[in-house]
Amino acid sequence: MPSGEVILEARDLVKHYPIKTGVIRRTTGHVRAVDGVSFDLHRGETLGVVGESGCGKSTLGRMLMRLEEPTGGSLRFGDVDVYSQSGAAMRRLRRDIQIVFQDPYTSLDPRKTVGDIVVEPFQIHPDFLPRNKWRARVRELLDLVGLNPEHINRYPHQFSGGQRQRIGIARGIALNPKVLICDEPVSALDVSVQAQVVNLLESLQDELGLAYVFIAHDLSVVRHISDRVAVMYLGKIVEIGDDQQIYERPTHPYTQALQSAVPVPDPAVRGQREQIVLQGDVPSPANPPKGCRFHTRCWKAQAICATTEPPLAVASDGAGEHAVACHFPEVRAAIAP
Amino acid sequence: MTSSPIRFVPGGRKALRDWRDDTKPLLKVDDLHVEFRTREGVAKAINGVSFDLAEGETLAILGESGSGKSVTAQAIMGIIDTPPGYVTGGRVEYYGTDLLAMPEKERQSVRGAQIAMIFQDSLSALNPVLPVGWQIAEMMRIHWGMNKSDAMTRAVSLMERVRIPGAAQRVNAFPHQFSGGMRQRIMIAMAIALDPAVLIADEPTTALDVTVQAQIMRLLEELQDERQMGLILITHDLGVVADVADRIAVMYAGRIVETGGIYDAYAAPSHAYTRGLLDSIPRHDQKGETLYAIGGLPPSLTRIPAGCAFNPRCRYATDDCRVGAPPPLVEVRPSQWSACLHAEEVIADAQR
Repeated sequence: MPSGEVILEARDLVKHYPIKTGVIRRTTGHVRAVDGVSFDLHRGETLGVVGESGCGKSTLGRMLMRLEEPTGGSLRFGDVDVYSQSGAAMRRLRRDIQIVFQDPYTSLDPRKTVGDIVVEPFQIHPDFLPRNKWRARVRELLDLVGLNPEHINRYPHQFSGGQRQRIGIARGIALNPKVLICDEPVSALDVSVQAQVVNLLESLQDELGLAYVFIAHDLSVVRHISDRVAVMYLGKIVEIGDDQQIYERPTHPYTQALQSAVPVPDPAVRGQREQIVLQGDVPSPANPPKGCRFHTRCWKAQAICATTEPPLAVASDGAGEHAVACHFPEVRAAIAP
Repeated sequence: MTSSPIRFVPGGRKALRDWRDDTKPLLKVDDLHVEFRTREGVAKAINGVSFDLAEGETLAILGESGSGKSVTAQAIMGIIDTPPGYVTGGRVEYYGTDLLAMPEKERQSVRGAQIAMIFQDSLSALNPVLPVGWQIAEMMRIHWGMNKSDAMTRAVSLMERVRIPGAAQRVNAFPHQFSGGMRQRIMIAMAIALDPAVLIADEPTTALDVTVQAQIMRLLEELQDERQMGLILITHDLGVVADVADRIAVMYAGRIVETGGIYDAYAAPSHAYTRGLLDSIPRHDQKGETLYAIGGLPPSLTRIPAGCAFNPRCRYATDDCRVGAPPPLVEVRPSQWSACLHAEEVIADAQR
């Protein structure tokens, strides 16, 4: 629930990547990866971001870290404007916003020991902790994420996928950030190990008061961990609300289709639940449809959907109201995952 | 697979009706053993796997990475790289004929034609430098000796069958020009090209988005219904399994630890591992609570623990579980088999 003060305020974030062709690398178009995204993140809150591949959720995560320079929009961390900071000030700011990447196999340097990997944040921010305390702090961090501190001199390949993700998390929380961006942190892991990492993230949040932006495509994991959920489609948020609103009373047809496509792990409901099977693939973000971006795959689409883009606006969902970007928002009973 | 010039395989035209024998099961795997001899030691990937499959039936093989589910499929197809992989024992019978004892030439006529496979990663499974239509047509040309234009015509109709829009125009396109979902459809078209009796789908939707996954699973279901194929679905996704499977076989450390009808196995799992897997799925009524997580890690296949391989991670484990040979599969309920010494306790827990 949005309780604490707003810690991260994103307004109209836009990221376009130029498409260059020919020998002179002329720009012939743009991939509109993120195209006008606004939200607030509160202290200690978890905001889930779901969507299919290519919807811009990972680019959004990288923009929140300023790993990508924005094409437009603003991002405020507390009362600091993130995108106008330079050099030292930006580095100082990065202490407070950290990221955990998806693939624990490629996001850790294979030629460094675990100790070297986790100590790196302290080397980059030398005034954070006196040098003689680094080693001890690394051991503490390893212990905190459930790894044996004795393994400080091992290399990443000596660990399993779940353990590597713990190393990535230890590195992410080393500087006591206020916001941790988790980009598909459990997608590469097996079911049984996934649960361990989700539990770890939840207990760290309780202990350290972190706010998470939890980016994933697995709707049931996102539901479990998130206070609020944003659904993205082709670079835009199409619906945002708390977990009851998004999972029990979704009003955007895309959210409904996405949920109905998730298989329910219970054979007893087989054939009883209505599945909306969308036709075709997600359109290319280089050339998104005019009007509502979902209208090409939407069963409710009408003339207005092809011409006018619906704004993200509050609409009734039966029991209350939440923000949705649809001309014809309507509740539809669905069996949530 | 080497893509040698087109040649005919003896026995390639042997049709399904020549194989079919109603007194024998479609596919029967009996006590299969596979090991990989590596520098670090011998990894025992499969240690006695047995199951059978009937026409029109869907068997889901469930397990985590390293449980041996994909190796089982590769052993049935006969595509294990030797070295390092060796099939060290067991039988794989197709209508009563042991495929493992067959000469390679003859086996080639079964592979693809009678038993076909769909792979997880369609981008690496398809040849990037050949048009997709050519790759589908190659199946008919090699196995059936069809001429080029007939094979191309059939390739187009197969692409239409798997609902690739504009199939006739796209038959000469290359794999990278298709989206992931469309590429997976092309692989399915290749797999069903020769009307196989058995289709093995190895994580067919793992790399796909959920909306596309729903399309592909629906297509597979439809094709299976239409052709009465036996389908072996290999996956780690308990949700996908619940939607389509008739029976499941749960694998752990190279063995089937539980097998039975899908409804029984989900309603009252009889192996502690199956129970753990089902419990670790986040459910919305448990929001805010700690998720159940199976502690520890799957064992290394070079050092499988004595007794039940799952014992170091098991909440039911007692001293009996830690010694001796691995417990055998026992029928704990009518047509529900478990290799757990505490099966009764696990079932009783589920029913509570």
